[in-house]
Amino acid sequence: MDAAKSAGATRVLKLRLRIGTMSGVVPEALRFAFDVVCHHTMAQGATLEIETVRAACWCATCQAEFECENFFNECPRCHDVSGELRRGRELEIADVETS
Amino acid sequence: MCQECGCGSGGGDVKIGAHAHEHEHHHHGHEHGHEHSHEHHDHGHGHDHAQGKQTLNLNRSLMEKNALLAERNRGFFRAKKLLVLNVVSSPGSGKTTFIRETAAKLGASLRIGVIVGDLATDNDAARLRTAGIPVVQITTGTVCHLDADMVSKAAAQLDLDKLDVLVIENVGNLVCPADYDLGEDLRVVLLSVTEGEDKPLKYPPMFHSANVAIVTKNDMATAAGFNRDLALANLNRVSHHAHIFELSAKTGDGMKAWLDYLTKQRAAVNGK
Repeated sequence: MDAAKSAGATRVLKLRLRIGTMSGVVPEALRFAFDVVCHHTMAQGATLEIETVRAACWCATCQAEFECENFFNECPRCHDVSGELRRGRELEIADVETS
Repeated sequence: MCQECGCGSGGGDVKIGAHAHEHEHHHHGHEHGHEHSHEHHDHGHGHDHAQGKQTLNLNRSLMEKNALLAERNRGFFRAKKLLVLNVVSSPGSGKTTFIRETAAKLGASLRIGVIVGDLATDNDAARLRTAGIPVVQITTGTVCHLDADMVSKAAAQLDLDKLDVLVIENVGNLVCPADYDLGEDLRVVLLSVTEGEDKPLKYPPMFHSANVAIVTKNDMATAAGFNRDLALANLNRVSHHAHIFELSAKTGDGMKAWLDYLTKQRAAVNGK
């Protein structure tokens, strides 16, 4: 909202967030909270768009990335475990649509 | 901003996307096709913005503030040649006893200072203070974790030049502290034998983020019916990159390996 105000906007119409599947954020809970915090602000009634980032690990043995769904990061090719999570913990504001 | 490593410009800048202008053109064009350029000219720049939609590309992490403060802490601690530990666990895993015994056994070889976080009371700080350890208590009220700002303020109350190791005893909680970098060198997670072997599987983000995993209260393992093999298998599954120690701070059993490791880590920081 600070960014929107300093750009001369009076209303926030849409907020786009980038959320990793391993960020610990529950989209349903976030949507619920979003409506509550936007109430009586310049973002009242704004749309919340969530762009999901699927988690991926780097396998040093195969020199390749693989998608993972939890923290037990076993490479599907060589079955080595990877400690290097390359994507999936994002919790970012991508952009804001204002008027 | 680059998705892989966060490099590149635009992190803090607000840019007004070109699409917003195109959108407006289109709208006016429908009504006054021929006067298009005139129309656009007549409108003041500010007016356009107030009426039309615009998209502000922010590309900023919601954890940005804590991340920046944590890096500032890390640089400051590095300059002070301090090894900084962030000790996390569930409530009652034995963090305070573990820290007190670590400090006592290191004696004069490494001087330890502690920042303790709890929702209320300074009981933990009092326990450590009685043992002669410099300590600052943070009471968070309702907040379930420490953040980089709290640590920075608490550290200012310690005479850091007289310390070699700064231990941050986080709030007993295996969930939220996982997301808050405090500027530590090592994240140390404790798992006591009375908690059950499947803790790492139940709280994977925290165990996954740890550099060191310590099985505590080993003296009670038999009484608690602790399945050591299963616990270690679970730890290795989630904290596969972590150094694992098994010890009892109360009896001193297994403490030597941990203290040797700590001494080596501190020497590495000192050499940087």
